[in-house]
Amino acid sequence: MGKKMHITMTVNGKEEEFLAEPRELLIYTLRERLNYTGPHIGCETSHCGACTVEVNGKSVKACTMFVAQADGTDVTTIEGIGGPDALHPLQEAFREHHGLQCGYCTPGMITRARKLLEENPNPSEEEIRFGMAGNICRCTGYQNIVKSIQAAATQIEAAKEAAE
Amino acid sequence: MIPAAFDYYRPDTIAGVLEILEEHGDDARVMAGGHSLIPMMKLRMADIPHLIDLQAVEELNGIDIRSGEVRLGAMTTQHDIINHAELTTACPILREASLQIADPQVRYMGTVGGNVANGDPGNDMPGLMQCLDAQFVLVGPDGERTVAARDFYEAAYMTDREDEEILTTVIVPFHGRGYAYEKQKRKIGDYATAAAAVTLTNDQGMCVAASIAMTNLSDTPIWSEEAGQALEGTGVDDDAVNAAVEAMLGDIDPQEDNRGPVAFKNHVAGIILKRAITRAWDRAEGRA
Repeated sequence: MGKKMHITMTVNGKEEEFLAEPRELLIYTLRERLNYTGPHIGCETSHCGACTVEVNGKSVKACTMFVAQADGTDVTTIEGIGGPDALHPLQEAFREHHGLQCGYCTPGMITRARKLLEENPNPSEEEIRFGMAGNICRCTGYQNIVKSIQAAATQIEAAKEAAE
Repeated sequence: MIPAAFDYYRPDTIAGVLEILEEHGDDARVMAGGHSLIPMMKLRMADIPHLIDLQAVEELNGIDIRSGEVRLGAMTTQHDIINHAELTTACPILREASLQIADPQVRYMGTVGGNVANGDPGNDMPGLMQCLDAQFVLVGPDGERTVAARDFYEAAYMTDREDEEILTTVIVPFHGRGYAYEKQKRKIGDYATAAAAVTLTNDQGMCVAASIAMTNLSDTPIWSEEAGQALEGTGVDDDAVNAAVEAMLGDIDPQEDNRGPVAFKNHVAGIILKRAITRAWDRAEGRA
C-alpha cells in the first residue's frame, strides 16, 4: 500500500517529473521537493490561505491537496507570478501601499488576488474582502491589503487600455 | 501532518469506480473535492487504504436545467453553482447558500455531491436539499435508485447510501421567488451555529406553501414540516412567524459544543429562522 506514483506536472511553466507517495501534500511537493518556497505553510489545516497556489486555473490551498490529485495539472506559485526583476503589478502595489508587515501571508494573498482580478477586474471593496476571505493576515488589519488590490486593479486595467 | 499511506485511483467512468469499491469494500472510499475528507485523513481520524479520486469521471459533471427541475452532477462545485447564470435564474437559493459555504479556495474544490453525501450535520447543502425536496441518485452494483433528501440522513455521517454505492446526481425542483438561506457562523469558513433554508409561495398575500429546514442543530439536517405548516394559510404575520419558530424549536435537538450551550443555539436558531422567513416573504411579495 502507498506505493510511489509516477507524477508529472507543470509548475510555473516548467515540466516536472518525479516519484512520490500519493499521500504527499502538494505544499510539501512544491516546497521541499521542487524548492518553490514562496507558498508558505501557516496553519496546515485549510484555514489560513498562506499556501495558496493556482492549480488548473483555480485558487487552491496546497495543504489540502494530495500530490496524486495534482498529477497532470498545471500549477502556478508566487514564483511564477513575478520576482525581484519583474514585479507583478500586485507585488508593486503591495510594496507601494504597505499591504504587508511580516510578509508571511503575502505570497498566498497575491496568488489569490491575481485570480480574483482575473475573474473580476474591477472589484468593489466588498468584493475584494469577500474574494480574499480564504486568506488570513494577522498584521495589517486588511485595510492596506484591500488598498493594494484596488491599486493593482487600476494599474492592470490602465496597462490593458494602453495596450489596446 | 502526514496521513496514513493509501493507494490512489483515478478511474474515468462510474463503472470503474464501482469496480474498485466492490473489490475493496470498506477499505475504499470515494473523494470529490476532498475538503472534508483530507483534513480527516491528515488528523488520522480517517484511514482509507484505497482512495478513489472522482475528478476524472466526466459523467459526474454538468448542470442540466430541464423543465421544472435541475440535475446537478455530483462533482458540480460551489464555484460552478455561484457562476452559472441560468441556474441562478432557475434556483437562486443554490447560489445564495453556496456563497455562505467556506471561502473562495474551498468553493473551487467543494462539490454538491460531497457536501450532501458526507453526512456531516455541519454541511449546508443537506438542509437546503431537504427544504427544496431534492432527490439523490445513487448508483451501485444493483443499478440505480433515487432517495429523497428528506429520507437520506440517519445520524451524523450515517446515510442511506450503501458502502458500494456512489451518489451521482442531485435533482433539485425549481422553487418560486420566495426563498432565503440564512446562516449564522462565528467567522468566515466556519460551519453554521444555526442556518435556515426557507421557501414560501405567495398567492395574493397569503402563504399557500412553505418549506423550512435547519442546519447543524441536530445530528442530521432537520426538515420541520410543522414549522412550514404554521405559515401556510397565513399572511406571514408576527403570530405565524412565532408559531413557525416554536414548531421548529420542537423539532431540533442541538447539543452544547464550542459554538455555545443549548439555550444559545435555540436562541440563534429562532432568530435565523425569523430572518430567513422575513427575507423569503419579502421576496415572495416582490419587495426584495
